[in-house]
Amino acid sequence: MIAFFPLFKTFYDSFYDFSLRPDSIRKFVGLRNYIDLFRDPRFLSALKATVYFTIVSVTLETILGIGIALLLNHDFPLRGLVRAAVLVPWAIPTAVSSQMWRWMFNDQFGIMTRLLEKIGLIEPGTPILGLPQTAMNAIIAVDVWKTTPFMALLILAGLQVIPSELYEAAKIDGANIFQRFYRITLPMIRSTIAVALIFRSLDALRVFDVVYIMTRGSLGTETLAVYNRVLLMDRAFTGNWFGYGSALSVIIFLLISIFAVIYIKSLRLQLE
Amino acid sequence: MKKVGKLLFYILVILVVIWCFFPFYWAIVSSLKTDRELFEPNPSLVPKKPSFENYVKVFKERPFHVNILNSVVVAGTTTILTLTFGSLAGYAIARFKFRGKITVMTSILAVSMFPQISILGSLFIILRSMRLINTYLGLILPYTAMTLPLTTWVLQNFFRELPKSIEEAAAIDGCSHARTLFTIVLPMAAPGLVATGLLTFISAWNEFLFALTFMQKPNLYTVPVAIALFKGRSMYEIPWGQIMAASVIVTVPLIILVLIFQRRIIEGLSAGAIKG
Repeated sequence: MIAFFPLFKTFYDSFYDFSLRPDSIRKFVGLRNYIDLFRDPRFLSALKATVYFTIVSVTLETILGIGIALLLNHDFPLRGLVRAAVLVPWAIPTAVSSQMWRWMFNDQFGIMTRLLEKIGLIEPGTPILGLPQTAMNAIIAVDVWKTTPFMALLILAGLQVIPSELYEAAKIDGANIFQRFYRITLPMIRSTIAVALIFRSLDALRVFDVVYIMTRGSLGTETLAVYNRVLLMDRAFTGNWFGYGSALSVIIFLLISIFAVIYIKSLRLQLE
Repeated sequence: MKKVGKLLFYILVILVVIWCFFPFYWAIVSSLKTDRELFEPNPSLVPKKPSFENYVKVFKERPFHVNILNSVVVAGTTTILTLTFGSLAGYAIARFKFRGKITVMTSILAVSMFPQISILGSLFIILRSMRLINTYLGLILPYTAMTLPLTTWVLQNFFRELPKSIEEAAAIDGCSHARTLFTIVLPMAAPGLVATGLLTFISAWNEFLFALTFMQKPNLYTVPVAIALFKGRSMYEIPWGQIMAASVIVTVPLIILVLIFQRRIIEGLSAGAIKG
């Protein structure tokens, strides 16, 4: 209940025009906020940036996550330690890791900038966080660094329930390592991957911290959540933007709900 | 052939470890460098003359100790509240039969997937009308509401796995439900409580959006907000050395906690996300 009330209020507010000034007068506008949103180029570009961010980062995280999970599924000395090391990026606050990476991507003194120049991926003197495409990719790199471990551990949990007899039987039958991966591993962890994928998409669609800290949403990196906060907190104190911002909040909520419903449905299937 | 494969395997493992640790290592190295060394065109991988200047400055030139205190109070209170209510609710769900259990569990899960941004605005208005903007309570209340569902969910999983027979024996001996919970169930579920408590603490400690919006004075900032908004003497000067020092200060305890409790955390994480 406590959690749902603010959501209803957001929904209700999205049909009005008003500001956060104490003397602001509410005006009912019906669906106009929503119609205006879809004519707002800044909203459309934020939507595009969010979708791009979500697809690229979640894809990379899944592939790398599967790779790391496969590595950690082998027995080797110090495995426990390596598994703990993988948790480090996850535990560091996003705000803090974003600052660490922002320093590594610094255009003059950043070590990543130097490295990328040395291996020829960027031209010397490229300001990574100062150009639209590279800035977005840098943001994705930070997100991938932070959340791949989480993905890897989820997938590892799925890998560990696969009975080893399956692999031995396949080996006897002469299946090579790739065949074993495609025919045994992948089908067995499919549902784990599906759940992890949706779980991560939910997170990626509302991304705020990394973007806000790395670029403040400049250079086409502005995501829906960042634009939403601009409307609600920066603009609504001076103009009638609060209802408009609430409409955007509702849209973000609906977008994420679609994924959440799929997620809960797949969980229920597992429960039954 | 087998040897080559093994070598490749270890190289990959080492690459993964380096990838995970390097940004943190680089933060330590940078925090120990003086400004002159920090802004050299070709950065060296170890500080030539390690200096703790930046660590001193973080506390002298800005109220970073106050920020740490704010975070400890907010995250600590949130954890205590969440564990208290979460274990009561979790026990109820795990042990008592009531109608619509699945609906309750699904809605609990739905709330935990809430995008915070979509309630940011109305929460701000609500907190403002309660005069809770710029107070600890203004963060503790939303944090507790956000973390409680998942905690309840994970804890009821732990409770369900505890043997029922001990509780039944207690009931026969005339032990009340409340007493059974506090003297028998909770001590048995201690490992689960530690794991979920730690997860709650970390998520409250790391939260950024609400903290940025509901605390608007620098001496009320929590740690992530303070580090994100570190300002230099002029607009164009970013105090990187100090930012890195502050990052190291708040990250080291987290990393130690994670290394100690890694097994429990992994259990808690996968219980929340997969087990259902």
